[in-house]
Amino acid sequence: MKRLEGNAKLLGREQYVDDLQVEGCLWGMTVRSPVARGRIKEIRFSPEIDWSEFVIVDHRDIPGANEVFLIEKDQPVLCAGEVRHVHEAVVLLAHPSREMARKGVRGVEVVVEELPAALDFRVEAEPARVQWGEDNSLSRLSINKGDVEAALASAAHVVEGVYESGAQEHVYLENQGMISWVDDDGVVVVQGSMQCPYYVLNALTHALGRDEAGCRVVQAPTGGGFGGKEDYPSNIACHAALLAMKAQKPVKIVYDRGEDMASTTKRHPSRVRHRTGVDESGRLVAQDIEVTLDGGAYVTLSPVVLSRGIIHAAGPYSCDNVRINGRAVLTNSVPYGAFRGFGAPQTLFALERHMDVVAKRIGMTPEEFRRINLIRDGQSTSTGQVIDDGTDRVGVMERGLELAAYERKREEHASFNATHDYLRRGIGFASFYHGAGFTGAGEVYLASKCHVAGLADGTIEVLTANTEMGQGATTVFLKIAAEAAGVDVSQVVIATPDTHRVPNSGPTVASRTSMVVGKLIEKAIDDLRAQIGAAADAKGAALTDAIRAWCSSNGAERVVGRSEYEKPPEVVWDEKTYTGHAYGTFAWATYVAEVEVDLRTDDVRVIDFVAVQEIGKVLNETLARGQIQGGVVQGIGWALMEECKWRDGAMANNQMTNYIIPTADDVCPIRVEFMENPYAHGAQGAKGIGELPIDGPAPAILNAVADALDVEPTAIPLTPEHLMELAREAHV
Amino acid sequence: MSEGAGMMQISMTLNGKEVSADVDPGERLLDTLRYALGLTGTKEGCGEGECGACSVLMDGVPVNSCLVPSYQARGRVIETVEHVQESDVEPLLSSGATQCGACTPGIVVTAQWVRRHPELLETHTLRELMAGNLCRCTGYDGVIEGVEATLTVDGQSS
Repeated sequence: MKRLEGNAKLLGREQYVDDLQVEGCLWGMTVRSPVARGRIKEIRFSPEIDWSEFVIVDHRDIPGANEVFLIEKDQPVLCAGEVRHVHEAVVLLAHPSREMARKGVRGVEVVVEELPAALDFRVEAEPARVQWGEDNSLSRLSINKGDVEAALASAAHVVEGVYESGAQEHVYLENQGMISWVDDDGVVVVQGSMQCPYYVLNALTHALGRDEAGCRVVQAPTGGGFGGKEDYPSNIACHAALLAMKAQKPVKIVYDRGEDMASTTKRHPSRVRHRTGVDESGRLVAQDIEVTLDGGAYVTLSPVVLSRGIIHAAGPYSCDNVRINGRAVLTNSVPYGAFRGFGAPQTLFALERHMDVVAKRIGMTPEEFRRINLIRDGQSTSTGQVIDDGTDRVGVMERGLELAAYERKREEHASFNATHDYLRRGIGFASFYHGAGFTGAGEVYLASKCHVAGLADGTIEVLTANTEMGQGATTVFLKIAAEAAGVDVSQVVIATPDTHRVPNSGPTVASRTSMVVGKLIEKAIDDLRAQIGAAADAKGAALTDAIRAWCSSNGAERVVGRSEYEKPPEVVWDEKTYTGHAYGTFAWATYVAEVEVDLRTDDVRVIDFVAVQEIGKVLNETLARGQIQGGVVQGIGWALMEECKWRDGAMANNQMTNYIIPTADDVCPIRVEFMENPYAHGAQGAKGIGELPIDGPAPAILNAVADALDVEPTAIPLTPEHLMELAREAHV
Repeated sequence: MSEGAGMMQISMTLNGKEVSADVDPGERLLDTLRYALGLTGTKEGCGEGECGACSVLMDGVPVNSCLVPSYQARGRVIETVEHVQESDVEPLLSSGATQCGACTPGIVVTAQWVRRHPELLETHTLRELMAGNLCRCTGYDGVIEGVEATLTVDGQSS
């Protein structure tokens, strides 16, 4: 099935927030903090500007709490007394002319008395820089299995390593934006680019002091998210609403690229330390892992990112003794937030790079070492979750190596590298997993709800809060609903996420949409059958006829089937001890990268890439392949070229000219293969796949670089500059 | 640009029709198309000529409309994504060339240029020709396969 809204996108007819032309709309803009930390002393408005033309909002205009509603409520909607990072929102302006609004922003000076800022998460903060708890720790979590110290003491080999990764900017091609207005009934409406309408709604009701009936959130077509439109849209929605309420006119805020990159969230920088014990036969006996994440200026989502990070830190391997200590640390930078993978890419990069380092140290090949240690059915993960899904994880790895012609390439590279003047080739891989859906009891807390309505004409309408942002959610939902009801896709419509129409089916994050919400659609259709007294297996014309007949005899326009998430009985998680089923299921993968390094420029090119994964059931081959290929290329960018440069706590390269993402010519074709082992609790047997592909590329590529050159890279991005330094250190 | 500076009228051939618009002297062609002429198919991605989301054809050649002052479009032939027919993009739909769609109009416009100039492929790879259009979703395979398929269709029909 082809993408539902594909032609609208290809022909430029899809109307994103910046395309929506609203009569009488003002342009909203944001005045931001010039420094990383300090006390606001004064806000000066230039006398050269006629401010009577502007609508001006500051923290005193907030009718509810000056807090962005999330896990902790520590982030203000607009700074009041203090600022915690550069580019934090302080004052909002609106004007009918976009150019005048820009001029207005330049005409406001936020005068700040600077305070000592914490700018490096790897350094213990001195007292003057502590702003959270005793030591700026936003969150601490740990996993303990067996006795690590005893196992390390008796291990034949103990291998240590430290691995680091930098911030990554999402670079969704559509910048963030929101429109807000107050409708004729006095309801504050916000429409815009977002992943999670109910997160935005919660933020609005909290900051505006209104109930859910008094606020309405509608998703506009969304031009990419990758996690970047999970939490930050709440801030912009509150800003647009505050301006619209004060102006009593519609207000549109659309960031330009520079503002978006400077002020919105990014992937958490990380440092991961490994101490690994291995016995004589190459079996892992101890994994001692410390994970540190840079959380940025506020708590936002860091505790949950850290949680997913530590749960994935020990990888898809069987080891009886595991200790993982995780810590997210406050710094005075933009808050780091959700980004595809959500902590797992950082810890899996460290782990899979380290696995190659360990294998080399003990005299094994990377594949032999992993063959011995990959989890077999009946063995358990670091949280004690027994894996028993029937997937052949060694088989996934062997298939990846076979498709990449791994053995043959190693031989060819040996002769190539011995003879070529300035090119060196290498091949490397990573074996990994990604837990699908919310972590632990997360899905239980969410208690997601889904509605499927039968309309008087027999049409079936699917109502969820889950958003299409490019991944193909609406196309997949249409297929799931049509097949569950046994009708043609033309008889199914997917409702626009609108909090006055759709129930809260949870956020569009965590690779949960197809798997979890898709399953809820199937269940809601079962409930619809029950509501109208149709047979439990009624499908096709029998079902649509029954819907029509029920509506007709009850004089109703619609009849609604409902479902709510129910925890699979075997999923048991203990939040206190961090033991049990961290996820309902995992997707398993092996990615193989072949690289060519130019010794003249230290440029690394990926010349072949194979991605093999077991993802339950493939619901739509084209969409699933697109998720993998797109995720891999984002991973190539993170591994080799994407580097946020910081100056006094501000992103210095907040533009696409010098924050470099891959072009079509920078990457090779990504060869994708799926293996299927249906998951009983996912729609049609599907597991989540959105995040999986960002986990593998960085370690596979760095392992390939280590294979090509006589170096052991431990940090990403491995830009030519960083590789040059590394090569120089290795060869002096 | 300075407020109140004189507006100027420009005329151009836009998607096959003669149009005129009053523009500020420093106005970007991107904004004239989107706001003055209501053609919102052309998107702003970066505003500095890096991403290609705002690609349009000017006298048959792709340009980043965020870098073109509107007065430079006087008397020129401009084609935007709105000029493209559904049949032109069918191979791109099938190959998965669009996901979020924000970069897509620019890709479609550049693909039209490549289709009209098959000789470009004698000196450049398709990946080189498409490298001015950044996409963050697809990883480019769907884009490259789709554009290749449009070239094959043309080759067979000619």
